[in-house]
Amino acid sequence: MSEAAASAHADHGHHEPAGFWSHYVFSTDHKMIGRQFLFLGLFMLIIGGTLAMLIRWQLAWPETEVPGMGWVPEPTMYEGIIPPNTYNMLFTMHATIMIFFVVMPVMVGGFGNFLIPIMIGAKDMAFPLLNMLSFWVGAVAGVIMVASFFVVGGAAAGGWTSYTPLTGDAVFTGVNWGINLWVLSLFVLAFSSLMGSINYITTVINMRAPGMTYFRMPLSIWSLFITAILLLLALPVLTAALGMLFFDRVFATNFFLPAGGMPLLWQHLFWFFGHPEVYILVLPAMGVTSDILSVFSRKPIFGYRAMAYSMIAIAFLSWIVWGHHMFLSGMNPLLGTAFMLTTMVIAVPSAIKTFNWLGTLWGGSIRFTVPLLFAIGFVSNFVIGGLSGIFMASTPVDIFIHDTYFIVAHFHYVVAGIIFAMFAAIYFWFPKMFGRMMNSTWGIVHFIGTYIFFNLTFFPMHFLGVGGHMRRIYNPMQYEYLEQFGDMNVFITISAFLLAISQIPFIVNFVWSLFAGEKASENPWEANTLEWSAPSPPPHGNFATTPQVYRGPYEYSVPGVEEDWLPQDRPLGAAAATGH
Amino acid sequence: MLAKSEFHEEGFELAMMSWLPENVSTYGGQIDYLFYLIYYITAAALIIVTVLMVAFLIVYRQRAGRKAVYIHGNTALEVTWTVVPAVILLLLSFMSISTWGEIKIYAPPAEYEVRVVGKQFNWDVFHPGPDGKLGTKDDIKIENEVHVPVDKVVHVQLQASDVIHSFFVPNFRVKQDAVPGRNILVWFEVTKPGKYELPCAELCGFGHSGMLGWVFVHTPEDYEKFLKENQG
Repeated sequence: MSEAAASAHADHGHHEPAGFWSHYVFSTDHKMIGRQFLFLGLFMLIIGGTLAMLIRWQLAWPETEVPGMGWVPEPTMYEGIIPPNTYNMLFTMHATIMIFFVVMPVMVGGFGNFLIPIMIGAKDMAFPLLNMLSFWVGAVAGVIMVASFFVVGGAAAGGWTSYTPLTGDAVFTGVNWGINLWVLSLFVLAFSSLMGSINYITTVINMRAPGMTYFRMPLSIWSLFITAILLLLALPVLTAALGMLFFDRVFATNFFLPAGGMPLLWQHLFWFFGHPEVYILVLPAMGVTSDILSVFSRKPIFGYRAMAYSMIAIAFLSWIVWGHHMFLSGMNPLLGTAFMLTTMVIAVPSAIKTFNWLGTLWGGSIRFTVPLLFAIGFVSNFVIGGLSGIFMASTPVDIFIHDTYFIVAHFHYVVAGIIFAMFAAIYFWFPKMFGRMMNSTWGIVHFIGTYIFFNLTFFPMHFLGVGGHMRRIYNPMQYEYLEQFGDMNVFITISAFLLAISQIPFIVNFVWSLFAGEKASENPWEANTLEWSAPSPPPHGNFATTPQVYRGPYEYSVPGVEEDWLPQDRPLGAAAATGH
Repeated sequence: MLAKSEFHEEGFELAMMSWLPENVSTYGGQIDYLFYLIYYITAAALIIVTVLMVAFLIVYRQRAGRKAVYIHGNTALEVTWTVVPAVILLLLSFMSISTWGEIKIYAPPAEYEVRVVGKQFNWDVFHPGPDGKLGTKDDIKIENEVHVPVDKVVHVQLQASDVIHSFFVPNFRVKQDAVPGRNILVWFEVTKPGKYELPCAELCGFGHSGMLGWVFVHTPEDYEKFLKENQG
């Protein structure tokens, strides 16, 4: 079929642009834009990860010289020693970069772009030009964010949550243009996300191939579709709040300052965006995990409709839980009670998803490929992150653990845990994206190191939190009751370094496979979804002829069918008998 | 507390809850009860899910001659694993409501009152002077030291003068943000005299780390001594 597709493509109306600039840089092909987002995210991951290593150094060996950092000029560092304000910049920028420039570009921008058209049988996005703009506007936002390290006063140091009044006036942090650029960068990024989400929603609604009903869409597409809707509705709230913050800082307005304004208003606006944002990050991870578990269990996903409905439920509920970030903010405590109830309820669809993943594994014929291992890793971490969320949902327990390392442990198990789904997706779709396989032996080495050191890094943080160790403190040794945690902080730091080193096999494997990996066949994983009917990598326009969809995406091990997979576009009958 | 830290020096204790600092407030026990309850429930859930997952991965690994089961779901199972977590979570919510109300909504009448003002990067603490009233001329202002009597309901009028800070006393199980322009009531009753750390728990600027005060909980005799020492 791939040869047929290639020859059919030659006389096809869609012409692949020939020039370097229009092909690799200002491309309107959803697959190239997806790859661009992927590379942007992976590049920023290196920056965000490096910042994390500096944070960990300071926590393990406070106020000592960081090896190899002696060249950094004052006042950012003093002969390699990290001063307090730089420490605040490190964790602020670490979080901002990881959330907005790693997870969002890779999962939403990268896989959203690459997968949506090809998995629903479309030639491209509904608005290819808007799609290109979305990437380049996002790239500009990234440049502004990175540039903020180099302005006088340094980068933003008010936390990624940027609570006012701390960030409302430069006098409180000593950072002026660093925070202004931080605000501008996220403001610009919001436009990138808006363009992307409008495109995703339009494409999914209007461009599904014949036979691709909503309930025949793979869960990856369901998750990206719901994510796009959340993005469309949540980001303008942040954008508006950022605008007001910028006005407070630069034009001396008083939206969020106590003189006439409301410091808590910022928190309400920020978390009204911020909690849906958490699900914007995690839903695509849940979607790709569902697909990968089904493919390698050689079994239909357990409870397909329940999976789709639980994502819809999560999306709705995510609008009415934001107050659980604010139990101790001075918000009326009666509201705390209401937000506790909604928060407990939103845990139910997450539990449903976990049990359905278990149900998918049950009775399967599980192939231990690298994508499967990472998908299992995601589920395992998500279970821990989900369960630890129950502690802080309970308002009285939150009184103690709020703003401690228990929270840091929790959101790293959820949000940093997404990196497992991200790696699962990269190993899984790499053959389709680049036409070559990644090496699986090194993939397994990468998985083992990442899984072990991820847990050794983040699990002990629960202990720190139970001990009352605050987050965002520069030097725990300043507190008598935290002195006992010196050893544990060293242990966590060493684990974090080993976690970083565990990524070297991935980087080498990724780059090597791009150029010299084994050539991938059309459908190396024997999977059902439509992208595997297109050549690897698919040409401009994806399919020679628009595919006709006959069934859902998870028909594995169907009785009466010779192979244990049954592609969505294969007609049962004559074609099935000849093995296609 | 000291004995505890010595105990931990050997390495680190793997039982998570053993790290919880000693509780010395009247309502701290209720918080700890919920904390332990959720710990046991979530630990059980984690073990069940992990054991099942590992077992499935081993039992259902790919083997020659065996095909996967062709099944799309099971309504009875799916209803069960929706309803059981929902019931447990709602029960936890209802158990939390009364404790939350007692701590944050229905404060008992004050037997002693102080005013604490967070500012970059200290706690300004105002104690009632010999007249026993707060907000009068003889108020005793001390930086980073809160002096309170044992076994009395203490009301803290919590304020901030510049940015948001957070009043955190781990041993009392107390935490509350201090917001500029607001006066927020925090209350506690301590059952054991001693000296307890009072860190700021909300990022408040470059000096956030090390913004640290102490709460001195006095016996009645010690409290009299404190008053005498600070007169005039």
